Amino acid sequence: MLMSKMDIVTTGKEARVVTMPFADALVSLGQSRSDVVVLSADLSNYTDLIPFRDAFPDRFFQVGMAEQNMMGIAGGLARSGLLPIAVTYGVFATRRAYDQVAMALGTGTVKAIIVAFLPGITTPFRATHQATDDLALMRAIPGMTVIDPADSTELRAALHAAAANPGTVYLRGLRGLVEERFDPEGFIFAIGAARLVRDGPDAAIVGTGLGTAWALDASEILAARGISASLLHVPTLKPLDREAIAALAARFAVVHVVENHSVVGGLASAVAEVIAGIGAPTRVNPIGVPDQWAPAGSLDYIRSEINLSAVGIADRVLATWTGP
Amino acid sequence: MISDKELADRAQSIRRRCIAMCRGRGQGYVGQGLALADLMAALYFDEMRRTSAGDLHDRLILSTGHSAIALYAALGELGEFSADELATYGMDGSRIEESPLAGLPGFLVTGGSLGQGLSQAVGFALADRLKGSDARTFCLISDGELQEGQVWEAAMSAGHYRLGSLVVLIDDNGMQADGDTAQVMTVQPIAGKFTAFGFSAKNVDANDLSALRAALVSTREPSDRPHALVCRTIPGKGAPTLEAYTKVHYVRAADEVWQRAMSEIR
Repeated sequence: MLMSKMDIVTTGKEARVVTMPFADALVSLGQSRSDVVVLSADLSNYTDLIPFRDAFPDRFFQVGMAEQNMMGIAGGLARSGLLPIAVTYGVFATRRAYDQVAMALGTGTVKAIIVAFLPGITTPFRATHQATDDLALMRAIPGMTVIDPADSTELRAALHAAAANPGTVYLRGLRGLVEERFDPEGFIFAIGAARLVRDGPDAAIVGTGLGTAWALDASEILAARGISASLLHVPTLKPLDREAIAALAARFAVVHVVENHSVVGGLASAVAEVIAGIGAPTRVNPIGVPDQWAPAGSLDYIRSEINLSAVGIADRVLATWTGP
Repeated sequence: MISDKELADRAQSIRRRCIAMCRGRGQGYVGQGLALADLMAALYFDEMRRTSAGDLHDRLILSTGHSAIALYAALGELGEFSADELATYGMDGSRIEESPLAGLPGFLVTGGSLGQGLSQAVGFALADRLKGSDARTFCLISDGELQEGQVWEAAMSAGHYRLGSLVVLIDDNGMQADGDTAQVMTVQPIAGKFTAFGFSAKNVDANDLSALRAALVSTREPSDRPHALVCRTIPGKGAPTLEAYTKVHYVRAADEVWQRAMSEIR
């Protein structure tokens, strides 16, 4: 488990915004590694790929609107010794091309990176574009590494870590203007390591991806109400930092799990598997997208409708609190 | 260059290996193995080039995992697998699985979840172009497999990228799991479809070695169009006892049937 000092984590009100952090990280990776090739299925304008395409036109493959073919081509490129990075929206990378990811990028000795944008409810469209089941699907593939970064700093660092990983990585992407929650200065990202971003005695929250950012804001609301919460950020859903989760569970009667994903099969399920596996009496309270198609609209509107706003999260944590 | 006679002997030896592989359990994809024996001999003993160190320079991507028996037998003929090991085909604990995953010698991708191999072959060909390699990529798929939509996504991209180093070999055996391909779902005209996707496509009798060799030679021409050879094959070809199973996707038979079939391969 990694420890973060409180002063490198910022809440939503103070957070700086970074422009196209994935594009920067990808170009930087392309400069340092000549084996990196990038594939897009007609979404390069919407997944921050243009800077890489312009910098390395020979190493950019436009495959058109055909995600199954893209994952297959990525498999051939990978088995030829290149490092393919297949970039699209999460729904298309997973539901549309699930068997192709499993076979072409998940069997034998193969290494690729899938970058999946519009994670969870970060799209104005409904079920067609909301990747609320992608973590569950990818977690079920043997050997797959699954990462959900919380901010621009972590997204950049996770891309470089994924490139150094021995096997295929599924990495959720954040596009355009992305909040910076972690200070990039000296930031370390280790695949499989959770990070304690707050340490408080009153409540325990486990988060991943934007869920951690939302939980951080909820923690501020809780602090204002006199509740000091611990917050364990778990950017890597697989391999999971079981020890960090078990250590947290040992200290609390309830662990709240906040994620930008369905309550089925994602981090809440993974945390419950760990806690049930060690026989701890800790209760798991899933705070994610309920098991129904989420509404359409702005992110703030959707979060409010499904009780995932910072206030909603704080209220749900408080609802289980029995006092000091 | 290897003579037609020597190549025909290799093909017959591959057929005997296929039958021997099935005899252990009395079952297997022998129809496909015998149908493809001539193609495997032509590829591995003639068409695909080797480096000075003896490694293959060109490659075969097997998309139709169920036809692995033909590739195993060819690799056995090359000494990659022993006859003893091949005799464990499909047995519990054997690595000679009926439809293996990537990683076994000679199996560069995971075929068998049908429709996926051509995309990966496109990936190999694109990687060659990027690296400046003149390696050629052959990809074996089957007629029934053409019903998978991904095949046409891959064909579209091969035509778009003008991958002249790619040769798609379609095993046009006319049968699939539920019966005659023509009855299950029409895939013809195959060559016309590939032509429309930007390929140079032609039909060939892939159980006629000299015609097959000539067709393969024609794919060597430098071209900005990928090649498609629609390889008409007869399941069980070479053993009349097994040709009687022409419309059977998977053969289960008593040992005397396998013995008789073996004696028919001359």
